[in-house]
Amino acid sequence: MASKKIRVLIAKPGLDGHDRGAKVMAHALRDAGMEVIYSGLHQAVPSIVRMAIEEDVDVIGLSIMSGAHLPISKKIMELVKKEGLDDMIVLVGGVIPAKDIPVLKEIGVTGVFPGGTPFEESIKFIKEHVRSK
Amino acid sequence: MGVARYIKDEKDRINDVILQSGIHIKPLYTEDDLKEIGFDYQKDLGNSGQYPFTRGIHTLGFRSREWTTRQYSGFGTPKETNERWKLLISQGQTGLNVAFDLPTQMGYDSDDPMAEGEVGRVGMAVDSLRDFEIAFKDIALDRIGSGLTINAVASMMVAMYQAVAEQYGFSKQEISATPQNDILKEIVGRGAWIFPVEPAVRLIGDVIEYAVKEMPRANPVSVCGYHIREAGATPVQEIAYAIQIANAYIDNVLDRGYHIDDFVARFSFNLDVFGNLWEQVAKFRAARKLWAKNIKEKYGAKNDRSMFLRGMFGGGGGGLTKEEPENNIVRSAYYALAAALSGAQTMALCSYDEAYTIPTPHSALISLRTLQLLMDEVGLRDTVDPLAGSYFIETLTKQMEEKIVEEMAKIDKMDGMVKAISAGYIQKEVARQAYEFEKGVQRGELIKIGVNKYTGGEQGEVELHEYSDKSAIEQIKDLRELKRTRDNQEVSRSLKALEKAARDKVNVMPYLVDCCKAYATVGEMTGVFRDIFGEFVEPSIF
Repeated sequence: MASKKIRVLIAKPGLDGHDRGAKVMAHALRDAGMEVIYSGLHQAVPSIVRMAIEEDVDVIGLSIMSGAHLPISKKIMELVKKEGLDDMIVLVGGVIPAKDIPVLKEIGVTGVFPGGTPFEESIKFIKEHVRSK
Repeated sequence: MGVARYIKDEKDRINDVILQSGIHIKPLYTEDDLKEIGFDYQKDLGNSGQYPFTRGIHTLGFRSREWTTRQYSGFGTPKETNERWKLLISQGQTGLNVAFDLPTQMGYDSDDPMAEGEVGRVGMAVDSLRDFEIAFKDIALDRIGSGLTINAVASMMVAMYQAVAEQYGFSKQEISATPQNDILKEIVGRGAWIFPVEPAVRLIGDVIEYAVKEMPRANPVSVCGYHIREAGATPVQEIAYAIQIANAYIDNVLDRGYHIDDFVARFSFNLDVFGNLWEQVAKFRAARKLWAKNIKEKYGAKNDRSMFLRGMFGGGGGGLTKEEPENNIVRSAYYALAAALSGAQTMALCSYDEAYTIPTPHSALISLRTLQLLMDEVGLRDTVDPLAGSYFIETLTKQMEEKIVEEMAKIDKMDGMVKAISAGYIQKEVARQAYEFEKGVQRGELIKIGVNKYTGGEQGEVELHEYSDKSAIEQIKDLRELKRTRDNQEVSRSLKALEKAARDKVNVMPYLVDCCKAYATVGEMTGVFRDIFGEFVEPSIF
């Protein structure tokens, strides 16, 4: 099978401007052979989902450091569902307390990778989930 | 956190040490090293209080005055913030360092849809002068200085600070405001930008000019290498970029017809302190010298005070870990030691739980005590620049200086920082360094105790600062009430005058003070600027 490159949108929703983690992940995923699109800062949820559709990505990776990961993820997942993007893999990274990880999964987020997660772990997760789509 | 790379043999003997700045450390330094670098006491150091101020800007260092402690605080509503401040002041804190929530930093009112979920989350929500009236109630603004940690809308917060002070009977001549007011580092490292680079720099210049004319005790700009380092830059880049950013602001004010000695003594610096102890000390000493040379040789300053690098050397957040959070108390103490050995004017530490949450009163107090301990128990006030003359430290200081000069030259070649940032060069460089650093940690080349070496200790419980939208709801209710009850004609008159000033390129500060006094909101004032200036568009760096 000709392997199409995995396409990932790394997105910074909301007002938080700490983008070190987002940019580091963008570098790491690109080095792992994926095509990475970076949304830039201060994105509203609808424009992230629009970007994901326009760029035809397999994965949306949200980077959230402000503590607002629950309300933001809820909004994203509602919109992803509404747009019929049933295959979309949505990942959340950033400052995420352990107790919120099950809550995020319940909301429908595919995977949660708090700061410090080894690159290989996120890369493996993405490859496995995109393959099994 | 060890930021140096250690090359070892199979017996754990260290063969080489490579600092983040790329400098190799030798096992032994002798007087030959000083000869090799051409060390000259008068030229390279001078006594403390003497040009080029490598040893410190004040003759007696901490003997004449211990450092100002300024823990970052403020969360939720202005009322909660006011209570926290009074507590910190009663425990001996000597200055405030105000945290604003993200909507305020980005110029949105609490009821703006963009503010949803963020009101009061990472700092205090400020919509109008009404909020400052509550936050600064019963605080002696003639004695307690306030750091206003805000940038894109710093002009508004300085205006509001003047307005609240005047309302409580303090004149603008006797209050001391230290807004961060460094928009270029936001664009490079922290992301709380609104306007395009040129009008944004003009607003920085407006605040500086206004402070020079009207607020003799204000420190109108705090140039932050700190956030650039936290975003990934090396210690060398941190200093090179900070000086070049300061030069961009200087150029803006000089264009208005001022002389360098009219204003630059008011600049202060906010620099980062984590990493290899020696590299930090050498960095600060080199930075002091290079800033003095820059101001004297490039800009022709005559006044010694203009050449002082006054700094908060603190924070250290980038070195703290989520794992085994209590280790951060110990780490921070070593960072504070580095800052003390480097002669910091002001000091604040990140609290041990900051990787998780806004510091609790408990953790903020531990940080404050750490700083007090160094000054009063350990002996850091005894003598000035205690490491001077060390073969090693002097060699390293000189090597850092050379590297910083090289990095600054790259930016000169690009015609200055405004151009280098507009093109995305700096952002790209910082992101690349961040990636290299992270790879080093993940491979175990950069050691973090409890993370990639000696793991498995107790994780400890961090008390999370729970965010509730209760205070947001209250804030929005108060804002709506304010909009109903204020004199709305006066609001639109003052906003129109502001608009005209912004268009005519006159200094907007007096107009902002009027707007604040009329209870115009931060969102309304920012709206005026957004319409005229537009918004910054990030250059693509991938």
